[in-house]
Amino acid sequence: MEEYTILRQFADSWMLLLLFVFFIGIVVWVFRPGASKEYKDTANIPFRHEDKPAEPEEARK
Amino acid sequence: MSNYIKLIVLGLIAIFAAIGTNYARDLAYQVHAILVMLIAGGLFIWTLRNTDEPDILVDRSAEYMDDVIRYGVIATAFWGVVGFIAGTFIAFQLAFPVLNFEWAQGYLNFGRLRPLHTSAVIFAFGGNALIATSFYVVQRTSAARLWGGNLAWFVFWGYQLFIVLAATGYVLGGTQSKEYAEPEWYVDLWLTIVWVAYLAVFLGTIVKRKEPHIYVANWFYLAFIVTVAMLHLVNNMTIPVSIWGSKSVIVWSGVQDAMIQWWYGHNAVGFFLTAGFLGMMYYFIPKQAERPVFSYKLSIIHFWALIFLYIWAGPHHLHYTALPDWASTLGMVFSIILWMPSWGGMINGLMTLSGAWDKLRTDPVIRMMVISVGFYGMSTFEGPMMSIRAVNSLSHYTDWTIGHVHSGALGWNGMITFGALYFLVPVLWKRDRLYSLQMVSWHFWLATIGIVLYAASMWVTGIMEGLMWREVDANGFLVNSFADTVAAKFPMYVVRALGGVLYVAGGVIMCYNLWMTVRKAPAKEASLSVAVPAE
Repeated sequence: MEEYTILRQFADSWMLLLLFVFFIGIVVWVFRPGASKEYKDTANIPFRHEDKPAEPEEARK
Repeated sequence: MSNYIKLIVLGLIAIFAAIGTNYARDLAYQVHAILVMLIAGGLFIWTLRNTDEPDILVDRSAEYMDDVIRYGVIATAFWGVVGFIAGTFIAFQLAFPVLNFEWAQGYLNFGRLRPLHTSAVIFAFGGNALIATSFYVVQRTSAARLWGGNLAWFVFWGYQLFIVLAATGYVLGGTQSKEYAEPEWYVDLWLTIVWVAYLAVFLGTIVKRKEPHIYVANWFYLAFIVTVAMLHLVNNMTIPVSIWGSKSVIVWSGVQDAMIQWWYGHNAVGFFLTAGFLGMMYYFIPKQAERPVFSYKLSIIHFWALIFLYIWAGPHHLHYTALPDWASTLGMVFSIILWMPSWGGMINGLMTLSGAWDKLRTDPVIRMMVISVGFYGMSTFEGPMMSIRAVNSLSHYTDWTIGHVHSGALGWNGMITFGALYFLVPVLWKRDRLYSLQMVSWHFWLATIGIVLYAASMWVTGIMEGLMWREVDANGFLVNSFADTVAAKFPMYVVRALGGVLYVAGGVIMCYNLWMTVRKAPAKEASLSVAVPAE
């Protein structure tokens, strides 16, 4: 088979499935239990550290 | 030591450019060679004078790197007004062809100035806005100073050089005639270097962040930087005819070339003008409204849906061409699906104001941001509709397309950038407030009415000329000649140009207001800035 046909067949089948499953996976992951609490904190990032970077000991890791 | 390496590199560049000046095969290349020679020579002398001077090392890791952002804000405002004026002038050229002056033929006629206008507004105004705001946002949301020290300065000045090379090249005829990708091979190579440095600064800052999570705005900025790099490389695969000339030949041919061009072109819209500016939306609207984004979950789904879909939409630019039907249908279907994430993002931006709608009445800056999201919603509805093959058969090649582009560019990109500038200038120059909110109001209404005039006149003239082109009489002959449609469009062209004048006027008022904010607005009290709680 020529290269184009092979690539085309792969794109139409496994790659399509992979991308689709990846996307559905993200949607499911976003709604995992406990996500709301974490995202509330993340959404507030713009309201911290306005004037200067975090102090070294302040790292939130 | 690093200064010696710099001196060698700068010296070699200057010598190479000097030889190029001599051997240049065309005017654009020659002018650019002189320009590069002067810049490299000047930098050589400047570096030489600073070599072996005692190093004064100041630890600035405890503060943000804001001076490069201040320069970016100034560049954004400056290039914005330049680009708007260029656009308004070519709008008048279309209405009154006499403005294509005889003495300037081949330099300042419509065909030469049009790419100058598009690149000035998209890459100079929009690009500087994106670089400046991304540097601002990534520092604040990572709680870390920009990575790479002076590399950020290289990105800023390198990008300005790219703009100057591109703009002068167009006027002098150095163009590869690809929409939004006109600069020739050596300018493309330079942009590649600058862009890699930009990616390094941005990613480096994210890597050393102090927040555990990467805020959603940074995801959008990163998608914009990475995708634009990919698009730029693939669409500019050219082989120069000579190393001493600007002409190059693209390696793609025929319909593949057309498809790659519009894969690039549409994703310049999708990632440069959409993803990057959505990054601005996700930071500056919450900041100005003083409340977090409406739904963080929606913002994540918005991000992945948008980048998964946008990349496929390009073929809708090539309906009824040599492109296979399946490909143009694919582009059309993806364009229509794209409506959903676009409006998801719009809702997320607008609903951030829920509970604070009263700010619309009192704060003209937030009004500007909200109307920009409104225009985003409008043009992301219009776009999918125009990508439908049957609609496209009427709209394509008409002024409707131009109207669509401008409701997106002037409405969405322009207004959100103005909002961000109004937010940034008092913060960056440590002013208590803007010089005049009334002027912001004036800017808001001038710009909005300008866009309405522009979009409405282009709808009328676009649909009119589309219908005139396809009108046939009882015997199947075309009723109108092309010149008939041109004559019929005259009144709408005048209205469009007047809309442009209003938009320029708003931009000039903004520049004055920002200038006076820096000069006259009361300084922010140092103690106050510490006492304000971070929500």
